[in-house]
Amino acid sequence: MSRVLKNLIFYGSILGAWVLLTHAKIWPPYLFPAPLSVWQSLQAGFADHSFWVAIGVSMRRVVIGYGLAVAMGMALGFGIAASRFLEQTVAPLLTSLQSLPSICWLPLAMLWFGLSEKAIYFVIIAGSVLSITISMESGRHAIPRIYSQAGRNLGAHGWRLFVYVLLPASLPHLVSGLKQGWAFAWRALVSGEMIVAGLGLGQLLMVGRDSNDMSMVLAVMLVIILLGWAIDGLIFRNVEGWFNRRWGLGATS
Amino acid sequence: MSLAQLAAPEAAQSLHIAPAHHMLDYDAVPASIRLRAVEQSFQVRKGPRLVALSNIDLDIQAGEFLCIVGPSGCGKSSLLSLIAGLAFPTNGEVHVNDRVVTGPGTDRILIFQEHGLFPWLTVGQNVEFGMHMMGLSRRVRRERAEQYLQLVHLNGFRDSYIHQLSGGMRQRVAIARALATQPSVLLMDEPFAALDAQTRDMLHDELERIWKETGCTIIFVTHNVREAVRLGSRVILMTYRPGTIRSQLDIVLPRPRRMDDPRVALLAREVLDELREEINKAVASEFDHVPRS
Repeated sequence: MSRVLKNLIFYGSILGAWVLLTHAKIWPPYLFPAPLSVWQSLQAGFADHSFWVAIGVSMRRVVIGYGLAVAMGMALGFGIAASRFLEQTVAPLLTSLQSLPSICWLPLAMLWFGLSEKAIYFVIIAGSVLSITISMESGRHAIPRIYSQAGRNLGAHGWRLFVYVLLPASLPHLVSGLKQGWAFAWRALVSGEMIVAGLGLGQLLMVGRDSNDMSMVLAVMLVIILLGWAIDGLIFRNVEGWFNRRWGLGATS
Repeated sequence: MSLAQLAAPEAAQSLHIAPAHHMLDYDAVPASIRLRAVEQSFQVRKGPRLVALSNIDLDIQAGEFLCIVGPSGCGKSSLLSLIAGLAFPTNGEVHVNDRVVTGPGTDRILIFQEHGLFPWLTVGQNVEFGMHMMGLSRRVRRERAEQYLQLVHLNGFRDSYIHQLSGGMRQRVAIARALATQPSVLLMDEPFAALDAQTRDMLHDELERIWKETGCTIIFVTHNVREAVRLGSRVILMTYRPGTIRSQLDIVLPRPRRMDDPRVALLAREVLDELREEINKAVASEFDHVPRS
């Protein structure tokens, strides 16, 4: 049985069970809407452009926030790589800070920046910058020693060893760090929007809740899942897979 | 057709297609190496200093093909690192061409068991890497890379990536990359240990030919005694920890040699009997370290 067929059956039976449950009328439709009404909410949302606007706003926020996080995370990562002092002080701090869920930064962000875009960016950055820096740091230590030995042996030292050997050698780790950072940024964005901001996918969820529109809530959740999956699964996973294959790290070489 | 070629028909074919002789401009003058009272020891956590090498006096002539055999843990690899300038002796001195080794240099290139090629570069770029670091022009790099890829019969793979090559091909790229900087010394650390027998036989032939064509000094570390006798003009046997030189043997058999030559087997047997004693010491010492409950 092919993979596609298996998945068709799997999702088909979920949908079937859903339809049967709604027909059983165990819960009222405003708590447990039928698939069809979720689909209609989805269509309506895209038809009146409210979903498109929300997607646009959210994507813009996450791209800016994530972009800043990447820049800061990498700068911090390089700093830690270059300085033994930072490595022994900042790196352990970052690791302990990472255990803090990004949503915990929100009260602080709201006090500092009010209910503004800045607060959202702050939460996105706080959520993803740590994992980017930390995976850069651990990636650097995971570089096989043989690369730097071979590089030094062939006459590379100082910044040339860094640029031509150590940096490219750590790229696969950097990419998986970026991927992880993206996942954190996406989560932080949605949770931040739910509380702070006007517009955006998170806000749309809250609109659905406020208007007791369960099918809209489910429709927006679907959009969030699909978008996150598309970016993570289609872009990051492919890039990561490409690097792992080329660098000979993957199971399939 | 030699037996080695029969054993690896595909490889043999590529050998026939490629020209048998190359006009190789190899400028490097082979270097002589002198080790005097070399000792290397490490501080191991919670324990006495671990003496890896002790009292090594060794003269290697320019253009010599020296093979070093010994049980694992005898410091063979450490010895190569010292000559490569990637590590420094605790005591004693390492001279290359009468000058003390103070760091790595492209006149002494190390080839590792795991090739150490850069997977983010193409085969051609890997071969050019050392020359790039030396500051040679793109044109010269390109030309020479082509030449050395041809020397190891890999012309046509310039634009391939490392993960697309077989183990034997990777090791040949590593040899081409090492030779492209025209070192006067080639240091090889069990370079063929991870390869299958057929590929290894073929690479022995190639290495012997390359040694003749370039004339560079080769120091070849292995735990395979027969390989050492097959390749070396001299074989040195090292003791288990601390690594010292136990004995040495000049190999005067005519070249090209073959792995299955009975004379090679006979000499290997002699060395092997001595090596066994050292291996037994190694095993005994490792059993001593098994924690008792």
